[in-house]
Amino acid sequence: MSAAISTRVHQSTLDDANWVRWSLITIALGFVILFLCVPLVLVIIQAFSKGFGAYFSALSQPDMQAAMRLTLLTALITVPLNTVFGVAAAWAITRFEFRGKNLLITLIDLPFSVSPVISGLIFVLLFGAQGWFGSWFVEHDIKIIFAVPGIVLATLFITFPFVARQLIPLMQEMGSEEEEAALSLGASGWKTFFLVTLPNIKWALLYGVLLCNARAMGEFGAVSVVSGHIRGMTNTLPLHVEVSYNEYDSVSAFAGASILAGLAIVTLILKTLLEWKQTNRATV
Amino acid sequence: MSQSRIMPGFRPTVSFTVFYLSLVVLIPLSTLVFKSFELNFDDYVNIITHKRVVAAFRVSFTTALGAAVIASFFGFIVAWVLTRYSFAGKRFFHALIDLPFALPTAVAGIVLATIFQPSGFLGKFLKENFDLQIGFKPAGIVVALIFISIPFVVRTVEPVLQEFDSRMEEAASSLGATRWQVFTKIIFPNIFPALLTGFALSFARGVGEYGSVIFIAGNLPYVSEIVPLLIITKLEQYDMPGATAIALTMLVISFLLLLLINLLQHWVRKRSGQL
Repeated sequence: MSAAISTRVHQSTLDDANWVRWSLITIALGFVILFLCVPLVLVIIQAFSKGFGAYFSALSQPDMQAAMRLTLLTALITVPLNTVFGVAAAWAITRFEFRGKNLLITLIDLPFSVSPVISGLIFVLLFGAQGWFGSWFVEHDIKIIFAVPGIVLATLFITFPFVARQLIPLMQEMGSEEEEAALSLGASGWKTFFLVTLPNIKWALLYGVLLCNARAMGEFGAVSVVSGHIRGMTNTLPLHVEVSYNEYDSVSAFAGASILAGLAIVTLILKTLLEWKQTNRATV
Repeated sequence: MSQSRIMPGFRPTVSFTVFYLSLVVLIPLSTLVFKSFELNFDDYVNIITHKRVVAAFRVSFTTALGAAVIASFFGFIVAWVLTRYSFAGKRFFHALIDLPFALPTAVAGIVLATIFQPSGFLGKFLKENFDLQIGFKPAGIVVALIFISIPFVVRTVEPVLQEFDSRMEEAASSLGATRWQVFTKIIFPNIFPALLTGFALSFARGVGEYGSVIFIAGNLPYVSEIVPLLIITKLEQYDMPGATAIALTMLVISFLLLLLINLLQHWVRKRSGQL
């Protein structure tokens, strides 16, 4: 308390002049409004530019519905897989010492530094008609590229690090004393995980899942390479937005975009809540 | 190697991690390297030094550089304002900074194109008043990449500004330094490594960015065609060697950037440890 008061006394001689303060706030907010608020508001304006009727009929088109279903399906497959991986990887890395651990951490982050287009390309090189396994899959009449499996694989690659990267620093910081205590008192490994570890990491885990899901539903570049853009078949929602926009079907494009923007807003709200939960936990 | 004997799950978790990592990331990524071995060196050099490819690399790197510089400048001010001042709506703006992480790039792309195209509301204004065209020009790529870069800069600089020890400022000002001297001699040098990291992250992301750029860029070969788009063009023409060679070059550059960023972050940690 006394420290807070003394800094406040000093602060008065350290404050920026009023004109500096207000011009910096103006520049900062002007920049944020121009680059972040205006685009967000414009999505909504454009989506409703031809009225509510046009908006809802665009949303109920079969191709739009198919795109939404594909986006949901992709997220439903990729998010749980990468979540299970993230927890397992965090457990392996933070609870044991082994050779090559730092290399493993670096490799997990790898997909973040690969361009989305290259992330799609590698699956074309593997499974495309000219690819390594391409001919085998063609013979067995299995389509990976220009089909749903390719979209799932590319999304799996892109969203790979999200959960692991949230959990590793947290579990490292927590240490394993609590778990060791539970284990030495005779709890089983699974029981220890569910009753000791999981309650401690749940907010960070949800945070990772949230970011993973947002990216899985919104990924464009990688999916665009492997999808083939077949309407009603291999178009995810972002791809359907692209196709509609390029066909000058502005209402459809922005109606789809408004759904994705809504997803982004929900993500930001939940993210803010989770950050608040996490800092609260840290101070208690 | 001392293992905590009591902790279960070493074998299953490590083997699952390595297995899944290999399956999803390492094997697919290594195909790019192995595929490029099918090219001989002269072919590779011919592809990479083709005029259109060189132009695309120039466009990608200059626009990413420009966007990273502009985003670093404004991002620094935004981080400063968000950590040091209080004003109405601060929480809202704070949450909004992450929008480019959450908004799908295709949505950002069509919206920015709509705003800045010559008939769009800002595009028209700039055209009529300043004779400036942004949409369908390299400047449009810069605008899209600034959007993408904002959270990288702000989220890297913010924690360092927050944890900055104000006693150093107090000491300097009690010794008679002006506010500007305190900023340039005390605050900025301490924030600089973080700002440089944010800059490098923006640059690395900008070079590979595709979705937000293609709608606003105009995609004119030699002028406003970015490398990721050229890879897709090669793919669509079934020019696998071309796509592979360009992609491998991009990948190597990204990894070098990643290495640089890691070194920077190491440097930041070392410096902050000395404080």
